[in-house]
Amino acid sequence: MVYDISKLLQKKKKSIIELWIKNQLSEAGLREDLISNEEIRQQSEELVDSLVNNLTQENITEVNSPDFDDVKDILSGISITRARQGFSPRETGAFIFGLKNALLELLQQEIKDDKESLYEATIKINRLLDSFSIVTFETFIKGREEVIIRQTDEITEISTPVIRVWDGILALPIIGTLDSARTQVVMENLLQEIVETGSSIAILDISGVPAVDSLIAQHLIKTVSATRLMGAECIISGIRPEIAQTIVHLGIDLSNIITKSTLASALKFSFQSLKLEVKRIPVKTAQ
Amino acid sequence: MERIPILKMGQVLLVTIQIDLYDRLALSLESDLVQMVKKTSAKGVLIDISAVSIVDSFLGRIFGNIASMCKILDAETVVVGMQPAVAITLIELGLPLTGVHTALDVEKGMILLNSNIETDVDTTDDLNEDDNYAF
Amino acid sequence: MIITLFKVSMRIERDQDVVPFRNRVKEYAVKIKMGIVNQTKLITAASELVRNMLKYAKGGEALIEIVTQGRYNGVRLSFKDQGSGISDIDLAMKDGYSTEKSLGLGLPGAKRLVDDFNIISNVGHGTTVVVIKWANG
Repeated sequence: MVYDISKLLQKKKKSIIELWIKNQLSEAGLREDLISNEEIRQQSEELVDSLVNNLTQENITEVNSPDFDDVKDILSGISITRARQGFSPRETGAFIFGLKNALLELLQQEIKDDKESLYEATIKINRLLDSFSIVTFETFIKGREEVIIRQTDEITEISTPVIRVWDGILALPIIGTLDSARTQVVMENLLQEIVETGSSIAILDISGVPAVDSLIAQHLIKTVSATRLMGAECIISGIRPEIAQTIVHLGIDLSNIITKSTLASALKFSFQSLKLEVKRIPVKTAQ
Repeated sequence: MERIPILKMGQVLLVTIQIDLYDRLALSLESDLVQMVKKTSAKGVLIDISAVSIVDSFLGRIFGNIASMCKILDAETVVVGMQPAVAITLIELGLPLTGVHTALDVEKGMILLNSNIETDVDTTDDLNEDDNYAF
Repeated sequence: MIITLFKVSMRIERDQDVVPFRNRVKEYAVKIKMGIVNQTKLITAASELVRNMLKYAKGGEALIEIVTQGRYNGVRLSFKDQGSGISDIDLAMKDGYSTEKSLGLGLPGAKRLVDDFNIISNVGHGTTVVVIKWANG
C-alpha cells in the first residue's frame, strides 16, 4: 500500500501544529523573554499551513520546486526577525528541527504497520526539511550580517567626532586604525565642519592610533592636503616617539606637514598663528 | 560668446564662477584674466569656486596656469570656497594645486591677498598713495 | 553577478559634449542615492576619461548604466573609441605619463576615483575603458 504523505499531513494538520508547538515549548532554552507563546503559535500555524497546502505527492522529492517558494519566504521572514531579535543559531535551528521531529513523529503514529512505507516517507520528509533548514540558516546568517554592517557604519560615524576647541580651531581625535574607507569619512566630516564653522586650523590628533605604516601615513597626508585645498591649515598632533621612529625608518616624508607631539602644543601653535594669547590673570592677594 | 565677468576691487581682481565651466569658457577666462592683470596692474587675483561642483585635471590645470602666469606679472592668485567633495576628489586624482593659494571664503581670501600686498608696500615701497584701502 | 537596470548611450565628438555628458552621469548617480563625495569622484573620473577619448581618438561612444550586484547599486560607465589604441597599457597607467602635453593624470587618476577599472586596447582598432562606482563603495 502506497501512502500519500501530502494527504496524510493535510488531514493531520492540527495535530502537527500541536506536536510542533509542544516540541518548541518543551525545548529547554525557550526564550520567553524574546518571544511569546502566542507568537510561536502564530508563526508555527502559518508555516504548517503553507507547507501542507503546497505539498503534493509529486513535489515532495523536488525541494527546489517553485511550489515551496511561499514556505521558504515565511521561513526566511521568521529567521531574519529572529536573527535581529538576538536568538542564537541553536534556538533558531530548534524551531525548524522541531517541525521535522513533529512530522516524523506523526508519520510513525500513522504508518505503524508498514515499515517499508514508513522508511520511504521518513526519508522524503527528512530531505525536504533539511533543505528548509539550510534556507533558515542562510537567512539567519544574512540577518546577522546586516546587523554587523549597520554597526560598522555606526562605529565609523561615531568614531570620528570633530570638536570645536576654539573659535576657528577644530580638533579631530582619531582612535583606532585608519583604512581608506575611514579616511574618507574623516575627511568628509572634517572638511564639512571647516566649511560650517569657517575654521582656519584643524588639528588631527593621532594619540589613539596604535601604529602608523606607510598606508596610514599616506591617508594622513591626503587629509592634510585636502584641508589645505579648502584654504585651512592642518596640524598632526599626538605623535608618540615609536611612531616618529617608524615614520623615519619607513622613509615617509612629513616635512611639509606641521607636526606636534601633543594636542596642547598643537593648540599653542594654533593660538600663535591666529595671533591669540592665553594669559594667567594675576590674583590679588589679601595683603 | 558667453564670458565670466571679472570685477576689479582696488588692487584685486575678483572672479566668481557660477556655472560648470565649458572648456572654451575656461580658456577664455585664463586669457581675459591675464590681460586684465596687465591692464590694471592688479596685485592679486581672487577666484571664487564655491559654486563649482567638478574640478577635473583640465580645470585644475587652468587654475595652475592662471596662478603661474599672474605670478610672472607680479600678482598672487587665491582660489577660495572649494567644496569639500571637490577637495577630496582632487587629492585622490593627484592634483594638489601646488602654487595656488587657497582660502575658505572670499573674505579670508581678501585678507590673505591684502597681507601679501601690504608686505609688498613695506619692502618695495613702490605703490601709490590711493592704494591704501580697507575691507 | 552584475545586472544592468538601465542604460543610455551618448556620442562624444566635441569639447562641448563633455559637460552635458557629466550632467547625465550626475543624474544617474543621484538616482541611486550616491553620496556627494562619491558622486564628485565618479563625475570627475568620467570627465577625465571622456577628455582622454576626445584627445586621443577624436571621440567615441560613452555608455552610462545603472547596475546592481547583491545589495549594492552602482553606476557603470563604458567608453569605447575607434582610435589608434594604446600599445603599452602599463605605461599609460603610470602617474605623470603622457604622450601629449598634459598632466598625465587621466587614466591613473580616474582609476583611483572609481571602485572598478578595466581597460582593453587593440592597437589600430581602439580602446574600451569600463569603470564602476558603487553608491556605497
